[in-house]
Amino acid sequence: MSDASLPAAHPPVTDWVHDFDHTDPQWTEDPFPIWEELRAASPVVHTERFLGCYMPTTYEAVREIANDTEHFSSRRIIVRDVRPEVARNAAPPITSDPPVHKPAKQLLLPPFTPDAMKKLEPRMRAICNELIDGFIADGKVDAAARYAKYIPVRAIAHMLGIPESDSDLFINWIHMILELGIKDESKLLQAVQEMSAYFRTHIEERRSKPTDDLISYLMNARDKDGQPLEESHVLGSLRLLLIAGIDTTWSAIGSSLWHLAKTPGDRERLIAEPGLIPTAVEELLRAYSPVTMAREVVKETTISGCPVKAGNMVLLSFPAANRDPAMFPDADKVVIDRRENRHAAFGLGIHRCVGSNLARMEMQVALEEWLKRIPDFRLDPAGTVAWSQGTVRGPRQLPFLLGKAM
Amino acid sequence: MTERLRVHVDPDKCQGHARCKALAPELFELDEYGNAHEAGDGTVPPGLEDKAWLAKSNCPEIAIDVIEE
Repeated sequence: MSDASLPAAHPPVTDWVHDFDHTDPQWTEDPFPIWEELRAASPVVHTERFLGCYMPTTYEAVREIANDTEHFSSRRIIVRDVRPEVARNAAPPITSDPPVHKPAKQLLLPPFTPDAMKKLEPRMRAICNELIDGFIADGKVDAAARYAKYIPVRAIAHMLGIPESDSDLFINWIHMILELGIKDESKLLQAVQEMSAYFRTHIEERRSKPTDDLISYLMNARDKDGQPLEESHVLGSLRLLLIAGIDTTWSAIGSSLWHLAKTPGDRERLIAEPGLIPTAVEELLRAYSPVTMAREVVKETTISGCPVKAGNMVLLSFPAANRDPAMFPDADKVVIDRRENRHAAFGLGIHRCVGSNLARMEMQVALEEWLKRIPDFRLDPAGTVAWSQGTVRGPRQLPFLLGKAM
Repeated sequence: MTERLRVHVDPDKCQGHARCKALAPELFELDEYGNAHEAGDGTVPPGLEDKAWLAKSNCPEIAIDVIEE
């Protein structure tokens, strides 16, 4: 999404290898040829933008960095124009390094196991069908705005125990943090404050009336010394669950539907063989991985033979790693029944996405229910597909015509 | 002579992607955090060899060994 009110417009990129910029409109629109150019130049490239930032371009270099928590810190995980004070926006465990990371991560894992997700699945199917009921008779729909977006918002609201009807509030905060916040610190801080105030109210309500949801779960959690978590930890984790759970999966579902809209062969195959959908979900995750993370270099080192200096950020592009032909044959093709797929869409190493089982379940259910009820659909030639800018890439506007082409 | 296979998950490498459990539920189990270990002693029952290799080749952390005995 481009935003004319952004304070710091970046000059357009003319030399991608030495001056890359993941917020450039060309990258937003079609990053794949850019990644190919960068990868051909070097396993690690650098830009002076964002106060200095590297980008590993190969799967191997991405893996090396993800597994090296000694030289690469997670205290800053978004590449931005500014380097604000670290502690203010901490959202453990995603912003934590060892040894603090492990206990914070273990706390969040049990509610997100595959078995826990199975219990949520019936509600997800109902949500998908309610959404489809809302537009199927119209013959056309913006599938990003009216379907893909609301599936993860409602899922995480359901898990947190907050009203699903507050969805648009959450979506606005996320837009402020992940898109506007890249270039405008004040937007980010405003959203963080509003979210904290919102969750404080819900925490207060649960003090007198505990509930069976993730907010109460975090309030009741104890650290290794048997002490309750500090309020800042609880609020940080709640913010993380809300932010990380929404536009990521929104993007993944949107990109998957975009692919199926323009690839009738794959669509027909999944309708004929619904058992192939989980395999297809993995391939769509690989080819259209939504999430790019970041690290901060805290100690000088070498990655794939390239020197890396402290003080720089690292754009940790799992999406680019997943397009590396040295790792994936036909990396630039969507092979819907790809058997070997060690894709890194959910990260590698200790920061593997806590919500990966939730995201996979949501994607699978979203595609299954959509294909059952809307087997025929295509991009509306009168509309425009718009992609989000920055850290999470996916369609934010996805105009479809529903039904068979006349 | 038929070859017997055994699977093993390296607990230090596993990060809980749970791909093995999805692809070969008979051969792997998950703990309360969602991290995987082999079911029983990891022996692959006849007929499930393909699933053992599939689990190995889909583990993003390269945490699974398939041992030919």
